Amino acid sequence: MAKSVQAAGKVAANVGLAVVGVAFLVPLLWVVTTSVAQGQTLKVEWPKHFTGANFAHVTTVDILFRPLLNGLILCGGGTLITVVVAILAAYPLSRYRSRLKRPFLLTILFTTGLPITAIMIPVYAMFTQLNLIDQMWSATVFMGSTALPFGIWLMKNFMDSVPVELEEVAWTDGASSMATLRRIVLPLMWPGVIVVTIFTFIGMWGNFFVPFILLIDPNQLPASVSIFTFFDPQHGGVQYGQLAAFSIFYCIPVAVLYLVMSRKLSGSFALGGALKG
Amino acid sequence: MTASTTAERTPAAPEAPGAARVPTRSRTILRGLPLVPAVVLLLVFLAGPIIYCIYYAFTDMQLTGATTTNFVGLANFRKAFGDDQFYNAILQTLIFTVLSAIVGQNILGLVIALLFRLATKVLRSIVGALVIAAWVVPEIVAGYLMYAFFRDEGSLNEILKFLHLPQQNWLYTLPILAVSLANVWRGTAFSMLVYSAALAEVPAELTEAAAMDGAGVWQRFWHVTLPTIRRSVATNLMLITLQTLSVFGLIFAMTKGGPSNKSTTLPIYTYQTALQNYEIGYGTAMALVLLVIGALFSLVYLRALRPEAD
Repeated sequence: MAKSVQAAGKVAANVGLAVVGVAFLVPLLWVVTTSVAQGQTLKVEWPKHFTGANFAHVTTVDILFRPLLNGLILCGGGTLITVVVAILAAYPLSRYRSRLKRPFLLTILFTTGLPITAIMIPVYAMFTQLNLIDQMWSATVFMGSTALPFGIWLMKNFMDSVPVELEEVAWTDGASSMATLRRIVLPLMWPGVIVVTIFTFIGMWGNFFVPFILLIDPNQLPASVSIFTFFDPQHGGVQYGQLAAFSIFYCIPVAVLYLVMSRKLSGSFALGGALKG
Repeated sequence: MTASTTAERTPAAPEAPGAARVPTRSRTILRGLPLVPAVVLLLVFLAGPIIYCIYYAFTDMQLTGATTTNFVGLANFRKAFGDDQFYNAILQTLIFTVLSAIVGQNILGLVIALLFRLATKVLRSIVGALVIAAWVVPEIVAGYLMYAFFRDEGSLNEILKFLHLPQQNWLYTLPILAVSLANVWRGTAFSMLVYSAALAEVPAELTEAAAMDGAGVWQRFWHVTLPTIRRSVATNLMLITLQTLSVFGLIFAMTKGGPSNKSTTLPIYTYQTALQNYEIGYGTAMALVLLVIGALFSLVYLRALRPEAD
């Protein structure tokens, strides 16, 4: 009898999970069906007439390639800043003892929780006064800085897991700390570096608010902001088909990166690195 | 006591190269050198704006050109606490956070993680991939997907019609519920991953022993599993609350805060005030309130996640 109860539980769990799966699938499915359908539709349905027109329409420099390239410059540059600066900062935090270390780490951890949305208004005012508004490089540095607290925290945890004994040998041989970091620590923690890099990039690629506030010139906007043009009534109403086709192109990079990351390491491992004390 | 004496007392701490030769103070400075870029960036781009935020909040700064900026004391805060729209924004933020994060993402994430332990492997990986896909999709795309889903002629009403349930124009009648559900759809993956990892670490002997003593499924969950993972629950709640407090793009894409401010959360109202009505002073005063709310939550989160080593 216990066995049949267990079997019933298994069936119920599978049915429950299937319902959850469908609920998550339906909105995603809409992008696919709408992108290949002729005419406007807001619900998931098998397209009556298939068309490649939406994809053809969006694959131009102005609509697709420039925003993607802008996003790549903005998020690639920002990620590079975050990762390099986080590696440098993580080294002393992971390897040396100091009275200042604990307060510093607590501040970093505290900062990861602050709502960045709240500081965007003063950032906008500050950038306007300092003439930094609508400049790609300042937006890139800002993006890199906002991702820094979490980047440092994650990187330090990964670095902590590299045993220090190997470096001690190098130190006695007279290698500088930066040389040991480059030749011994980094090669041993490259999976951690990749996780931080991909995490940071995915976060920035999806970030809408920061470039929306800091960049104005349409030619500098990344895909996360330029997607709004599909909603502009001046462009002849909402073009759902094109919006969907554009969204697919825009999502591909992060989907690929996520797959790479989860192939290399399980998702829970990455989170474990972030959440362990 | 200097940093170096601390290091000498604890043999576990490694010595830097040439430790004996370099004088103590300069060695400490040398060691801290790699931290400089991080400290500079954090001071300029995070501490700076926060200080600006505090300063602007006490001024009447406007971005309309000719006007000068004056110090106005607490006027902005007095204005906020006499502003019905501000109270509305606080209320909407609260509803949004409780509904979508504390109840929605948290419980759904836990339920999915629990179901994962019973369901078949194929279903597990398919559903896991779908939930994570919703998470990986950029915020603004998620906003448009959800906009289409909840529209009058969208998929949700189609499903309800199929099930013979009443339909309505969700984005018009219950916008805050629509954006909350959208945030559940988008954010549940995080809780799911946290709880999957946490449940995997609950020792099987514990639940088995409870089962031997005749504890039912519910009792086992309530008295054995939940107390074991309570640290993960606390951490997860903190993190998703903080994330949800600052959600902007999702709501902006779906409703822009409307109709008639029925989904205007604090980030949306701050944006409207500061960057659409150009009342920077008043807007930052409200942003400061949001920052303080976030900081309070962040402090609690800090206590849960305190670094234990030294």
